[in-house]
Amino acid sequence: MSDTPSLTTGDRETPSAESPLETPTPVTDSDERRRLHDVWVAGTEEPDWVKDATDEGAQELLSEADETSLATQRGTLVDDDYLVEDDVDEEERQIINMGPQHPSTHGVLRLQLELEGETIRRVKPIIGYLHTGMEKTAETLTYMQGSTNVTRMDYLSPFFNELCFSLAVEDLLGIDIPPRAQAIRILMTELNRVSSHLLWVATQGMDIGALSMMIYGWRERELFLEFFESATGLRMNHNYIRPGGVAADLHDGWEDEVEAILEAMPGALAEYEELLNENPIFLDRTMGVGVITPDEALAYGVTGPALRAAGVDWDLRKAMPYSGIENYEFDVPLGKHGDVHDRYLVRFGEVRQSLGIVRQVLETMPEGDFRTEDRKVTPPPRKRIDESMEALIHHFKLFTEGFKVPPGSVYQAVESPRGELGMYLVSDGSASPWRLHVRGPSFANVQALPVMMTDSLVADIVSTLASVDPVLGDVDR
Amino acid sequence: MTDEKAPVESNDEPMEEVVPEPAVALPGDGVLDPIVTAHPATVAVPTRHGHLLSVDREDLVDVVTAARDGGYRMFIDYCGVDHLRRRPRFEVVLNLLDIDRKQRLEVHVAVRADEPSLPSLTGIFPGANFYEREIFDLFGISFVGHPDLARILLPDDWEGHPLRKDYAVGSVPVQFKEAHKAR
Repeated sequence: MSDTPSLTTGDRETPSAESPLETPTPVTDSDERRRLHDVWVAGTEEPDWVKDATDEGAQELLSEADETSLATQRGTLVDDDYLVEDDVDEEERQIINMGPQHPSTHGVLRLQLELEGETIRRVKPIIGYLHTGMEKTAETLTYMQGSTNVTRMDYLSPFFNELCFSLAVEDLLGIDIPPRAQAIRILMTELNRVSSHLLWVATQGMDIGALSMMIYGWRERELFLEFFESATGLRMNHNYIRPGGVAADLHDGWEDEVEAILEAMPGALAEYEELLNENPIFLDRTMGVGVITPDEALAYGVTGPALRAAGVDWDLRKAMPYSGIENYEFDVPLGKHGDVHDRYLVRFGEVRQSLGIVRQVLETMPEGDFRTEDRKVTPPPRKRIDESMEALIHHFKLFTEGFKVPPGSVYQAVESPRGELGMYLVSDGSASPWRLHVRGPSFANVQALPVMMTDSLVADIVSTLASVDPVLGDVDR
Repeated sequence: MTDEKAPVESNDEPMEEVVPEPAVALPGDGVLDPIVTAHPATVAVPTRHGHLLSVDREDLVDVVTAARDGGYRMFIDYCGVDHLRRRPRFEVVLNLLDIDRKQRLEVHVAVRADEPSLPSLTGIFPGANFYEREIFDLFGISFVGHPDLARILLPDDWEGHPLRKDYAVGSVPVQFKEAHKAR
């Protein structure tokens, strides 16, 4: 860039050789101004500062990709349903970026798309914009602090993150959880599933133009967040489910609050269905859009409503029950076509089933402890600390070094609103995990986006993407 | 942050000797029995919802292909572990699922630090693509035969592999310098 005439060279003082402390910077003042004020006119040669500005290097959609990459980006690796129309002009092909700053990407997901006119030919999801190294952080935190960390991953279903982490730790510890704690966990997670699905229907509606759906979804979700706030103190990122039980017993009057939610929801659901079920725009933009076949879903590890919409009967709550969920009666709604509309139906079915589980928990909530009384895991009650030396020692040890977990490894999974949330925990016998790997459901689901998107129209991208319901905090961790 | 990075692995450190466990009896599973018989280095251990197979690096592709054909059709998870003081240093854990029999299969493969590479499983499970890129990104284990092995979570020009145990957690310089000094 040195040969380009600069408007500002005259203003700059040349760095004096007498000040050795001042290191010469590669970026000159004029380059800085160029970045701020210059515009690159399309069609002219691309200047360096444009190339570097958003480049992700090898992570991008490369034009000269090999055959497997091409098949991956076309989504033809498992089932080849790719249509090529020969009469389309090569000049119609263009590569555009959607995101990372785009309201319909539900976060900071970037999709690089190759279009042929209006048809999507290749898709490559580019992720990592929200990576905060939470798996590394987990290795520096004790098991007591761990649930504070994991609850921030999938921020729309925080209870599931905490539950999965707690179950994994408890499995290695080999402790039993009192029935009341288990019931509270089921109550909270199933309410969380409904609130997460409400946010999904709100954003799905908004993305395809049903703006009132957005308002309604957020309105009803508020009921749940208010209940979570009164039970845990926080609207999101609760840190409520912890190894050993839950942080606090349910507050007085929780039955009335849950009852109020259960009374409000059927009317609200009927209102949504009245808005969406017969709506020709909604049907047109969801039916037959974003299809994934069962074989593709299995090979790509797609789980949750997207898998069940394809007709695969797989729900971890039935197949590998956790936290006493086998004691409650519920059905697993299944779809048939694997398209966006079936995902909508499956999620609405799940909301109804979850409300049924919440009703059963409400009626059968057992009495007893809300956390295990194992003093090696649970701090002693406040009044015992004044009386008992041993209680004081336990309290001190728990809050300084934390409890130690026997060496071993475990893979624990729960059925989160987005699919199988798994945690692979390796312990070396110390008070913090040696390794905590999180299998986020959104990570695998985002990977399968090319399968669902290719061959459809540009306008279907937002519909398909919203139907997968990715949470980028879960993808990037 | 680069200053705080710990030195790379030195071979003088005391290390745990991993004694290979004696081969146990066959898992008693119609799919896994032939696999264990065909690959003598494979060790099977029952877990809560299925089995755990420790396989040799050379057997990985064969074992996974046989497992997939035997019904473990669903790809679930693939992750790396760095056992810093153990030899071989790295371990890679694959999770598969048989949805008909409701069985999980964990496949553990040890990876040596001086030869951090594995054959890619993308040809068997397309879903391994992102997961192998993640392991490559965070552990520096490369996958031979992967169509598009690039970093996935970190920028291309990032130095080091953060989930290795000899990569320090690091810190970001804070704006409020006085507060930083007080600590």
